[in-house]
Amino acid sequence: MSRDDAALEAFRQEIRAWLPEVCPASLRPDASGAAPTAEERKAWLDAFAQRGYTTPTWPKEYGGGGLSKHEVRVLNEEVTRFGVFPPGVSFFGTAMLGPVLLEFGNEAQKQEHLRKITSGEINWCQGYSEPGAGSDLAGLQTRAVRDGDHYIINGSKIWTTGANHADWMFCLVRTDPDAPKHDGISFILFDLRVPGVTISPIKLISGESDFCQVFFEDVRARAENLVGPLNGGWTIAKRLLQHERQMLSGGMPGGAPMAVPRKKGKKAEVPRPTSALAERAREYLGDSDGTLAEPVLRDRIAQYELDTLCFGLALKRSGEEAKAGHGAGAATSMFKLYASEANKRRAEIQMSVRGASGLGWEGEGFSANELMETRGWLRSKGNSIEGGTSEVQKNVIAKRVLGLPD
Amino acid sequence: MSLVLTEEQSLLKETAAEFVQEKAPVAHLRELRDRQDATGFSRSLWKEMAELGWSGILLPEEHGGSDLGLAELGVVLEECGRTLAPYPFLSTAVLGASAIALGGSAAQQQAILPGVCAGETLLALAFQEKPRFAPYDIATQAKATADGYALSGEKVFVLDGHVADHLIVAARTSGAAGDRAGLTLFLVDPAASGVGVTRTSMVDSRNAARIRLENVAVSSDRVLGEADAGADLLDAVIERGTVALSAELLGLIHEVFDRTVTYLKERQQFGVPIGSFQALKHRAADMFCEVELSHSIVLDALRAVDEERPHRERIVSAAKARCSDTAGLVTREGLQMHGGIGMTDEEEIGLFLKRAKAAELTLGDGTYHRDRFARLTGF
Repeated sequence: MSRDDAALEAFRQEIRAWLPEVCPASLRPDASGAAPTAEERKAWLDAFAQRGYTTPTWPKEYGGGGLSKHEVRVLNEEVTRFGVFPPGVSFFGTAMLGPVLLEFGNEAQKQEHLRKITSGEINWCQGYSEPGAGSDLAGLQTRAVRDGDHYIINGSKIWTTGANHADWMFCLVRTDPDAPKHDGISFILFDLRVPGVTISPIKLISGESDFCQVFFEDVRARAENLVGPLNGGWTIAKRLLQHERQMLSGGMPGGAPMAVPRKKGKKAEVPRPTSALAERAREYLGDSDGTLAEPVLRDRIAQYELDTLCFGLALKRSGEEAKAGHGAGAATSMFKLYASEANKRRAEIQMSVRGASGLGWEGEGFSANELMETRGWLRSKGNSIEGGTSEVQKNVIAKRVLGLPD
Repeated sequence: MSLVLTEEQSLLKETAAEFVQEKAPVAHLRELRDRQDATGFSRSLWKEMAELGWSGILLPEEHGGSDLGLAELGVVLEECGRTLAPYPFLSTAVLGASAIALGGSAAQQQAILPGVCAGETLLALAFQEKPRFAPYDIATQAKATADGYALSGEKVFVLDGHVADHLIVAARTSGAAGDRAGLTLFLVDPAASGVGVTRTSMVDSRNAARIRLENVAVSSDRVLGEADAGADLLDAVIERGTVALSAELLGLIHEVFDRTVTYLKERQQFGVPIGSFQALKHRAADMFCEVELSHSIVLDALRAVDEERPHRERIVSAAKARCSDTAGLVTREGLQMHGGIGMTDEEEIGLFLKRAKAAELTLGDGTYHRDRFARLTGF
């Protein structure tokens, strides 16, 4: 065993001893009885946050875990082995704002904000799209005008996920209306719980309201929270979008699998491959000799599963190429595009499989799962719009990867 | 195993690329076609490839092979796919050599494999009888005789069957066409009495033959592997062939896509490069996704077979389905985007379209392999 391996093994043993010490009984895999309370969930979060494990790779000086990639892998493995989901912290802070603050923020900004992301104290939301600036994001019109130690913000943001539950917003604002559109944008952070902010949830076709429109009327933001250079926000905006797309493709079918806790005592063996989609289809369509009864739908499911398998391998290969020092690889630009289109395809197949059982909106006559899947089908239509439409992604691939002319 | 090429594999890729681009570019295939070459490839060039260790790339060193894996063979085949090099890799180095290496007795291996490694002996696997790939749909009969068997039947689409020194014939020792049980593989001398070999002229200018067997006497020591259990061997051989062909298709896919993107940048209409039109850009971006997916699954499938990974069969089917379909996509789109010039015999894109179709329909197309993939995934 090399010195590195020995240190990693010691880390593993330490984590293995630590998890049962801090995990509330109600969250444990062998828990029976009452569901965990809010206090217990908070205790679990605090245990992770105190060690910086909610943002494990961030430097310790900003509250992060200061872990190497190998240590993060071990941490994840041990959490999975213990059989508990890690505490959840909003990814707007951990996966999007945090990384750009580490790269572009000044010392004071890092000190003020990063710890509160790690601890889950502050929930962030993303002020990007506007009613008049969707795919043409750089056409945004929300104005920020300097007034002493503050900027005065006027305008509106739309499709702001979770703004009604958020404490702060990272926001793109126009600070120079006369400059070419990309050169007059700044990236600023401000508290949403101030006068002049109005947040209106938007009811979607799925009946849910996970997006909001946010209106600003003379909202005052502290000037010291402008990140990066004045009018230099576009570079930061793009970098943050890269983090966002990476994250969006990771959580989609075929993406990096979520750590699913395994029942204790179960031997690790190579399971026989199955398809959750096909198993669900079997309930509705039936089969003959193990083959789904509806051959055309079966072929659609097979194509979907096959493509998802290939997509997962493309993600794996891209990660390995990055690790081998070949750079992130051209393939990363397709992940968000492919994952969101695949997710829509999956939802369409589910609708075909379920027939009229997929048409229920609420109430009696449908299982909870059916109602949820129907809403999910509607919600999936947004996958290829949010975070950059599929058409914008294709423009990016054509330009940046294939080098096709404007 | 990682999906990134090792240093050795990268080096092999460079060597292979240089070799085929210099000695077997697309013009080489065209020349063979135009002079209606009796062999369909250059035997001396195949010997050169053998000297590089390619004809025996999967075979053990004791027979003169390189003892490498499919991951390495795949690297070579990818480069051959880029230039449409019509060499007997699939027939001899993969299907034929694997049948003998995996199923043959020590004596059979010793008699045949050194010649394969030297680039002198050519092999052909004669199993298919119907136009569409259906590996167990074999009616050819092998009737027991006093000192062996008598084979009767007809085989189609026998790759390189017109030049093979040994035919490996799948025939039925029991059961009925469609049964997996009851198959046996035989080594058959194409010069034996009752064997009729007819070369067929194929759309991709490659080589295949129809083979008629009429009461062909085959002695018992010419059985490959176990009588009646030939499907196990046939499956293993076809599995290797399927991933190898997927690797060739991957090379073709990359080449056609690269050429098409280049053309989009060069070809001017309305005073601008046609690649500036969004209608074409978006289709190119869609193709890029499929190319990346195809690349990833091929690398994994080659390694899965090398590692004898559990449940690798469905990875292999996924690779062949994905590559068959992607090759179809990029060749159809590539031709369309080349416009009128793409329809000419002079422009090479059409040669890629023809090869893509032939390779798609060899060893099972997308439909066949999606069905198999579904079965192996439990639906």
